[in-house]
Formats: sequence, C-alpha cells, structure tokens
Amino acid sequence: MNGEDAELQQTPLHDLHVELGGKMVAFAGYAMPVQYRDGIIKEHQHTRARAGLFDVSHMGQVCLMGEGAAEALEELVPIDVVGLAENQQRYALFTNDRGGILDDLMVTNAGDHLFVVVNGACRDQDFAHLRSHLEGRCTVALFHDRALLALQGPEAGAVMGRLAPATRDMVFMTAGEIAVDGITCFVTRSGYTGEDGFEISVPAGRAEALARRLLEQDEVAPIGLGARDTLRLEAGLCLYGNDIDAGTTPVEASLVWALSKARRADGARPGGFPGDGVILRQLAEGVARRRVGLRPEGRAPVREGAELIDEAERVVGKVTSGLFGPTVGGPVAMGYVETAHANPGTALRALVRGRPQPLEVVRLPFVQQRYYRG
Amino acid sequence: MSEIKFSEDHEWILIEDGIGTVGITDYAQEQLGDVVFVELPEAGKTLAKGDEAAVVESVKAASELYAPVSGEVTEANDALAEDPAQVNSDPQGGGWFFKIKIAEPTELDGLMDEAAYKTYVEGLG
Repeated sequence: MNGEDAELQQTPLHDLHVELGGKMVAFAGYAMPVQYRDGIIKEHQHTRARAGLFDVSHMGQVCLMGEGAAEALEELVPIDVVGLAENQQRYALFTNDRGGILDDLMVTNAGDHLFVVVNGACRDQDFAHLRSHLEGRCTVALFHDRALLALQGPEAGAVMGRLAPATRDMVFMTAGEIAVDGITCFVTRSGYTGEDGFEISVPAGRAEALARRLLEQDEVAPIGLGARDTLRLEAGLCLYGNDIDAGTTPVEASLVWALSKARRADGARPGGFPGDGVILRQLAEGVARRRVGLRPEGRAPVREGAELIDEAERVVGKVTSGLFGPTVGGPVAMGYVETAHANPGTALRALVRGRPQPLEVVRLPFVQQRYYRG
Repeated sequence: MSEIKFSEDHEWILIEDGIGTVGITDYAQEQLGDVVFVELPEAGKTLAKGDEAAVVESVKAASELYAPVSGEVTEANDALAEDPAQVNSDPQGGGWFFKIKIAEPTELDGLMDEAAYKTYVEGLG
C-alpha cells in the first residue's frame, strides 16, 4: 500500500473484496475491485450468461424530500420529474448554461422522497449543486449509511425472485422498498450492463451479509469495475468523464431519447433548465458532431483519445472510450465525429501509435440490451 | 547452455547460442490482466537496449515492452496474433514475444538472475 491508497475510502464490502481476491484500485476516491481472480473477460462473460454482483457503493445516493422536490429538480435537468409516477425511475442529466452535461444520474420517485443516484466522481460537486439550487424548497441529504449493490445478468431475476419475491412483478425502470432476504432495501430494476438486473440500496451495516447471501446463489459471481466498463460499452452506455462531460450536450451525445417530451419546445413545461436555449435549438436545427459507435478492424483496441481521420486525412473526430469487447470478440469504441461522418457504415481511420487503423461507424449498442419489460 | 535473465520491467530473456528469446514474466501478466492483443517487432528490426520493442494490450490498457538488450530481431511469435491469451496462460513458454540476436553480451550483466528477480518481485509487495 502506498501513501495514496491510505487516503482512499473503503466501501462496506471492502473486506469481502479482499477476501475474494479483488485487485483493488483507486476509483472516485474509493478503493474498488477492478477485477477478482477470474479476470475481466470471464467476469464479463459470466454476467452476460448468468448473474454478476457489483459493489457500486462509491456512487452517491441522494434524498430529495419535500412537497416541491420534483418541480425544483426540474430546474436542473431536461427531464420530466413531475410526471414520474411513484416507484418509477428515469435517466436524467444535470446540464450547465452552455447545455453541457455536469453529470448523468438516475431519479426515482420513492413516494415521500426522490431517490437520486449520481456518479461517485461527481458526488460532492452534484451535492453542492443540488444544495445551492434546491435549498429552501426541499431538503437535500446524502444517504451516508447505505451501500449500493448491483445484480446484473439474465439470471438476476431468478435470484432476486428467490430472495425477494416482491421483485418478480417489477419491470425495467421500476422501484420499490422491498425485503431482500429479510433486509429492507430500496430496489430498482435497472443497471449499467445492458442486461436485466437490479440495483439494491442497502443499509451499510447489512451490506456484507446481503452480498454474501447473493454470492451463495449458484448463479452469482463477484464482478469488478473492469467488466463493468466492458459491459456498459458493449451496451452503448455513456461513461461520465469519457463519453459525456461539461463540454458535450445531450444532443451531441446522442442522448435525445433522454430529453423528456414535457420539457421540449412543444411540451407541457418547455425549457426551464440550464442551457435550455442551446439544447432546444440543437434539437430543432441539429448539431455539428455526434456520439457514435465505432468498430475497429482487426484485434487491436482503439483507446480513448485516438483521433479519427477521413479519406483526406483530415481529423473529423475523436474516440472517447475504447476497449476489447469480450462478447463482441473484438475491439469496440465510442467517440464523437462530425455529423457528415456519423452515419452507420461510414469508413474512418483511427490513429493508433501514429498508424491509421480502419474502423467503421456503427449503430449502438454493440450487444442487444435485454431489459425485462414484463 | 541456456541462461535466463530478468529486467526490472518484468521481462525475461532466455539466452541460447547468442540468441535471446524475450517475453513478459508471470508477475507482469498477472498485473496486466487478460491480454487481448500483442504488437510485435518485425524480423530484421534493429533495437537498442531500452527501445520500445512491442506493445501488449489488455482489455482496458496498452503497455509497452522494452528491449532488454540491443540487437537484431530474428523472429516474432506470430502465434500470439491468433491467441494472445497465451501471454497469460504460459508467459514463459508459448507466450514468448520475439527472438533477438544479442549485439552486446555485456548488457546481460545488468539483468537479474532468477533468484534476484524473485527477491525483487517480493519487494514490490
């Protein structure tokens, strides 16, 4: 352990990670397992075939409580929060005045409060952002005493059905306060792998017991952050800080689907979020560049930061995430390209160690999402 | 007579009749994780000690392999193009990277023997 590691926070599952052979790395201020003994490829394949258990306790869990919480939150996101029914979950984005993305998040109507999950690396910034804008209209509090587990994969439903029968009726993007093996948790049917699955917010003191109980199930294996990244990229999902950031707008990021109808120009509550002028204009008029999927030829991964060039050797874009996709069986990437080059089938080249490597613009996701919709 | 030496960058070189076979150690493959691609030098390429000789890509990151000695590359392990995972499963056997005709045998003196390398790795914690 070096001095840097000593500063890292530990999740309630830290001892379990170490016991399971987790290779611990610094991530969002926490010591987190990047992989366990099986390695990233096997962990990835296990999650696609059966069920993987992830510790995502580094993420920020926020409670917004009060009559006006939904209306107040709408002033920070281009999302319909007011219309979110109880126990429904929605993907959202904090935007800035230029229409850039400050973070992506999940918002759930938990009845007497809004349950918000933000990225670990943005947690403090998001919390300050919420505090400064919403204070006085609703209470903003961090759930300090909760861990967050994700159980993902085609057999996750069977596992949860056994330990938490109430989850059997849940469909994708719904939620509920549910007893899991006798422990009261807040469960959502969602995730970050493209597979069916659940995220389980559990009291920190019960987290290890619950994780062990889940790992006892024949279908379940522990999965590290490395496979979390390969799974989400194959599923076409953005990683904040790589694929979206304060300099990219939701329209450029091909996240138009996330912009609620109610908040668009012809909606019930048009605009009224930071950067609304920019975003609504881009929705109407289009953008100069867009996030696309990229499929490199051959076996060599094309990494984030690689420049993309066209036939005339002109730089027309840049890779924002790139790795080896275990299910695809080859390299996969995402990046931004000028709109003229953004159509699927467009041939481009990426500069890898100074040499051009051919790749093709493709539709996302690389691996079909398999959410449970009932 | 063959002899094996190790570098601080976790490369091994097996020396036989003036030719060195180069690869990465078990410790190195363990640190890298699943290897998915290896870019090897072509036969005939001349390398100076410390030159970037090969690139090894794991699922998430790329790392360089540096020439442990100077010389001319005589052969690359083309089998790694089809099966790069051999670097993980058999790092000091089928997972070798390339062979090099050793130009300056005295450069080998700066490398560690097996016992010294073992101590070195243990010291890394």
